[in-house]
Amino acid sequence: MLTNIHSRKPLQLVVGLALGTAFGFLLQKGGATRYDVILAQLLLKDFTVVKIMLSAVLTGMIGVHVLRSLGLAQLHPKPGSVGSSVIGGLIFGVGFGMLGYCPGTVAGAAGQGALDALLGGVVGILIGAGLFAAVFHKIHDPILSKGWFGELTLPELFKVNPWVVVVPVAFLIAILLACMERARV
Amino acid sequence: MEWLTMDCWSPYAVGIGIGVLSCLAFVLSDKPIGCSTAFARTSGMLEKLLRGKKVHEKPYYQKFAPVVDWEWMLVVGVILGAFLSSMLSGTFGSEWVPAVWQASVGPSPALRWVVALAGGVVMGFGARWAGGCTSGHGISGTLQLAVSGWLAAVSFFAGGIATAMFIYYVLL
Repeated sequence: MLTNIHSRKPLQLVVGLALGTAFGFLLQKGGATRYDVILAQLLLKDFTVVKIMLSAVLTGMIGVHVLRSLGLAQLHPKPGSVGSSVIGGLIFGVGFGMLGYCPGTVAGAAGQGALDALLGGVVGILIGAGLFAAVFHKIHDPILSKGWFGELTLPELFKVNPWVVVVPVAFLIAILLACMERARV
Repeated sequence: MEWLTMDCWSPYAVGIGIGVLSCLAFVLSDKPIGCSTAFARTSGMLEKLLRGKKVHEKPYYQKFAPVVDWEWMLVVGVILGAFLSSMLSGTFGSEWVPAVWQASVGPSPALRWVVALAGGVVMGFGARWAGGCTSGHGISGTLQLAVSGWLAAVSFFAGGIATAMFIYYVLL
């Protein structure tokens, strides 16, 4: 682990900016910063967004687990619960369908000149995040903590070596991508 | 260097690139890529401008302090990267109403703005409720095989597909 680099804060801000620039560049080149492309995905007419996500997950999943085996990386799974991940995810989805961008692609869309993203989406997300901060302590105990499972990963859930999950998931993603190509979506 | 000025790359090339970036983020910064926490921090910064230091007393901002951090710079980078990519391909241009919206809903910028703003509010609220977005859960969470990531990603798309279909096939 490159812990000496991780603790250098100003350097980390530059690394964040550099990785973000590459991320935004890729999202734009993939068409994922366009409302039309995201909506076509949500209407199940064109699978560009899912193809990008699944090939990113396939590459990243194998890469991160190799790096972890080599001692170069450690995992940081987010904690979650049914009340947080599922209900929050569905609320997010409603906004996703209305806006047609997500928090990453809305930033990219703003960068390529989409005013509905900049003045509608970005402003809206800031308001929504602020509203959530205001109600967080009220919904924490009754909703967010329901069905709590914490920082659990699938290999931990099944009590197996991570590769026992990585390999079949990789094959499943490859098969899904092949099906999309055959169906020409 | 013709590939830099191309309009569009293969989704697989883009996806593999994002997967490599995720690995770099783990190695160089010990962090998974994510975007929505930066919005929560910015919201806290704006609230601080209005209400002053009292903002730090909110339990949520004790968890996610309103400061510029690695992920905040990542989101600034996303804006910059998309700007560079669209300038290089000549596709940069200000636009109020996307083509698909215009064809089905109409050319009114005001209506598009209202729905985008409302959608943004709901999405920002939901992203913080779920503790992440399409990047933090949908890509970084799923690739780490996190249970929270897979549950959230499936819920994002279930909600998104249902809402988009309701707008385009029921309302219109």
